[in-house]
Amino acid sequence: MVWQSGTEFWSMGGYGLYVWGSFGVTGLGVALEVWLLRRGQRSLLNRLQRMQRWEAQ
Amino acid sequence: MNLYHYAAPATFYRLAGRWTPWFAWGAGLLTGIGLYISFFVAPTDFQQGEAYRIIFIHVPAAWMSMFIYLVMAFWCAIGLAFNTRLSFLMARALAPTGALFCFLALWTGALWGKPMWGAWWVWDARLTSQLILLFLYVGIMALWAAIDDPKRGDRAGALLILVGAVNVPIIYFSVKWWNTLHQGSSINLTKAPSMATIMLVGMLVMAIAAWLYTIAVALVRVRGLILERERHTDWAQEAMKALKEA
Repeated sequence: MVWQSGTEFWSMGGYGLYVWGSFGVTGLGVALEVWLLRRGQRSLLNRLQRMQRWEAQ
Repeated sequence: MNLYHYAAPATFYRLAGRWTPWFAWGAGLLTGIGLYISFFVAPTDFQQGEAYRIIFIHVPAAWMSMFIYLVMAFWCAIGLAFNTRLSFLMARALAPTGALFCFLALWTGALWGKPMWGAWWVWDARLTSQLILLFLYVGIMALWAAIDDPKRGDRAGALLILVGAVNVPIIYFSVKWWNTLHQGSSINLTKAPSMATIMLVGMLVMAIAAWLYTIAVALVRVRGLILERERHTDWAQEAMKALKEA
């Protein structure tokens, strides 16, 4: 095991800001993309169905 | 096996739906393993201390940003040459994820550069060409968004992607061609990698995870694009009904 304690793990040898800033923003970016994708697919489906109804008239 | 069969939007739509969960679960699993290696297996670096752990995202993100671009260029070339409908949609489906990885490569690079070089950013060839790649991604997506006619948009985007592809080898070889602050590659095809095996394994696991993730989100996106283009066909209307019920 590399780490002796939780504090040591979070401080990353004094580079905590840089290491967690990298991994954290990557996690956020991926979460944001997945969220936008899901929302986009839902709104696309609604839009397509509206268009379909409108064209059927 | 007939490739044209799979290139038919209806067939591909169904296949993509079936494949997506596998890629998504694979990505999740490998990300877990990769993070475990990054933080609990890989030892502290004797020169850079713990800061080097940024490599486990930085390098996979940078690889992805370049590779996704090349894959987009490949599909655009196929689309322009053979006029296959699906090809352009593949490029459209990949671009946002490529842009995300490109941004992450720059972001993690800045966070790594600050403690190691003393600067968030320098205008060296590697960093500058990578920034141009981000502008290309954003420009391509803006171009698609600006052109209402989907077919014209496809072609205009494809042209920009193909012209911009010249930037990818510039990024890749920039550390060789110019004196850069950015270090040279630790891994290349002709030499043994100049890094500890476990670090290499961690990086490769993260890179494969990023690939599976990219394929999963691109498949979801391409399904949406296919439905949009094919909405007048019977099968697409059936598929929409099925989606609405689910």
